[in-house]
Amino acid sequence: MCLAVPAKIMETGDGAAVVELGGVRREISLMLIDDVSVGEWVIVHAGFAIEKLSEEEAEQTLALFREIAEADSSGDS
Amino acid sequence: MHDRILLSHGEGGKRTRDLIAKVIARYFDNPVLSPFLDAGLLGRIEGEIAFTTDGYVVTPPFFPGGDIGRLAVCGTVNDLAVCGAKAVAMSCGLILEEGLPLDTLERALAGMRDAAKEAGVPIACGDTKVVERGKGDGIFITTAGVGVSVDGWRPAPPEIRPGDRILLTGTMGDHQVAVLIARQNLAIEAPVLSDVAPLSGLLLPLLPRFAGKVRFMRDPTRGGVGVTLNEMASAANARFVLDEARLPVRESVRGVCEILGFDPLYLANEGKAVLIVAGDAADAIVAVLREHPYGREAAVIGEVAPGAAGVRMRTLAGGVRAVDYPVGDQLPRIC
Amino acid sequence: MNRGMKYIDDFRDPATAKALVERIRRDAGDAPVRLMEVCGTHTVAIARGGIRPLLSGSVTMLSGPGCPVCVTPDGYIDAAIALGTERGVLLASFGDMLRVPGKSSSLEKEKGAGLEVRVVYSPLDAVTLAAAMPDREVVFLGVGFETTAPAIGGAIKTASVREVGNFSVLSSVRTIPEAMGVLAADPEVRIEGFLCPAHVSVVIGTDAYRPVARRYGIPCVVAGFEPLDILLGISMLLRQKKEGVARVENEYSRVATATGNRKAQDLIRDVFVPCDTGWRGIGVIPGSGLRIADRYASFDAEVKFGAPVVFAPERTACRCGDVLKGKILPVDCPLFGKACVPEEPYGPCMVSSEGSCAAYYKYGVL
Repeated sequence: MCLAVPAKIMETGDGAAVVELGGVRREISLMLIDDVSVGEWVIVHAGFAIEKLSEEEAEQTLALFREIAEADSSGDS
Repeated sequence: MHDRILLSHGEGGKRTRDLIAKVIARYFDNPVLSPFLDAGLLGRIEGEIAFTTDGYVVTPPFFPGGDIGRLAVCGTVNDLAVCGAKAVAMSCGLILEEGLPLDTLERALAGMRDAAKEAGVPIACGDTKVVERGKGDGIFITTAGVGVSVDGWRPAPPEIRPGDRILLTGTMGDHQVAVLIARQNLAIEAPVLSDVAPLSGLLLPLLPRFAGKVRFMRDPTRGGVGVTLNEMASAANARFVLDEARLPVRESVRGVCEILGFDPLYLANEGKAVLIVAGDAADAIVAVLREHPYGREAAVIGEVAPGAAGVRMRTLAGGVRAVDYPVGDQLPRIC
Repeated sequence: MNRGMKYIDDFRDPATAKALVERIRRDAGDAPVRLMEVCGTHTVAIARGGIRPLLSGSVTMLSGPGCPVCVTPDGYIDAAIALGTERGVLLASFGDMLRVPGKSSSLEKEKGAGLEVRVVYSPLDAVTLAAAMPDREVVFLGVGFETTAPAIGGAIKTASVREVGNFSVLSSVRTIPEAMGVLAADPEVRIEGFLCPAHVSVVIGTDAYRPVARRYGIPCVVAGFEPLDILLGISMLLRQKKEGVARVENEYSRVATATGNRKAQDLIRDVFVPCDTGWRGIGVIPGSGLRIADRYASFDAEVKFGAPVVFAPERTACRCGDVLKGKILPVDCPLFGKACVPEEPYGPCMVSSEGSCAAYYKYGVL
């Protein structure tokens, strides 16, 4: 029920945007979010952007993963 | 010539003769076909004979990277190649819908001509029928292909044993995604080209060069690598274990799969082969495949393991899951 | 294997997965902890990722009812088929619905017999389709949870603004928190932690689970769908259990927020009205459905065609209800793998692309 993918805004205009994921582009509706600009990342479900992706938060989660991976390889618990 | 196919083009009279002489003959021109007898006389053929048949109904008939004509030739050549045979002649049966633009037919014939030239196989005989408007999807092509076995090689599923490795000659899913994009009803733009290609030049030289090392080959068309591996595992009564990290997939194909919820393992390919080879020859065979334009992304994707027959996969997360037959075609999903 | 997709491949790193699995094994107790993944997309991600065998002995994952296809009543499929065959309507649907069995048939089988069904990726594509054929009635099969409700609502609003009068929706929208409450309250199910859906939470906000966590003392973690998200989410649930707390935590912080997407919520409030709704295999859950509001009645296929969807109890041999409630595992159903297989599914859990039974059958190591 939740298949949605992160994609980058490439063009915006008139309630819609063109997003790109892995070189693949599709037009999607911006009806459900405000203030997106080119270069931002959004989550796309069924042809709509349902939310922005926070690159900062993503980086924090990835940093946590790195910490966990390093702790494991150095034998800590 | 009219600019569209008419029913009279299929009736055997003057219009049919015109179609053959003025259109078809311009694309297929070889000593066997040119007399336009009721059969192509191939002469004496030495060696073990292989024989295959196929039908091509792809919609739309033209898609990025290929067309129905190229598909018809390559599909036939490849069915023979994975059985170790070089195609020596093929047939071309055309079923055309009344109203088909002549230009469409000619583009398809050009696709066949170019592919046949590349593969070195003459179109030795043919037939043309026209069906009423609404009773055919533009153009259907049926083929049969005769081939001669190279080196007496035969597919040998019973030879497959633990320790053998599973090879794939390149990336998965390119063809099906290219056709899907060409249908234009998903409004997706993706730089994906069909991989449709004749593989005889890629595969047949391996057989004498690595004599005794190539056990079994198949081309993963409809249903993709997933279905083909299941069929092979079944035929061999063997257990295949794949490595998810080693599956070759283009980024753009992955992008489409992520958006629509598809699994690239089950997407059709038209220019790829799966090979089961002796473990000690796998790396050398991959190296040779990679030297060829149609094998640049060849890779070892798994191995044959002891245990119950079936197909399994080691996942990126470090677990294991089954790779079973899918039920029906994949459809765009929200879940 | 191509590894360059941003915000996807980073969350599939094998070394980190291994470390998280180690963490889970260390934090788990003597008996496997019973966690429920509510969302069908999590069920499939866990199955496809081969994660279940990694958790063996530490965690038992129960699959919950968050599969909108699984919980859609067979009366809905029958109503859709009737609209097509008796009223000449062109049906537009997500691919997920095609093979779901109704009482005696499915959309796919009827398609073979002449029913017109178009698979679309977005509900907006169905509006476009309707606009292009003004002489035909087009009905979109609006199935989903809160992730999809705004998209379905968006399509209705678009049709309204563009005056596409031949477009309507046969709605089958359900909401998650009420169903979680029913399961949390059921003593037979014994859930020790909820892995909450990523994208439902993006819309409704992670705070939506606070009543469940507080009232039933069950830890809730919202997690993304990539393997690392799922493993970290499970690890966070185990740590809450170890600490003896029951909070709502958000692993999917890169997209989900506490309050969710206000604009999407406003749209849902504009187009839909909460109602009591039947869930296939479970029964009626009060306040768990969204029906189309009266002001958009002309886009409500049930009203337009006078074709109410009937919810009726299930064929008794099918145990999808118990599977959906996490009471039994798919392998415990007597029909599993025998009378009920993906090619000939008896119940929705086997046919849905993310049904628990289908996931077990297709990806489980049998």
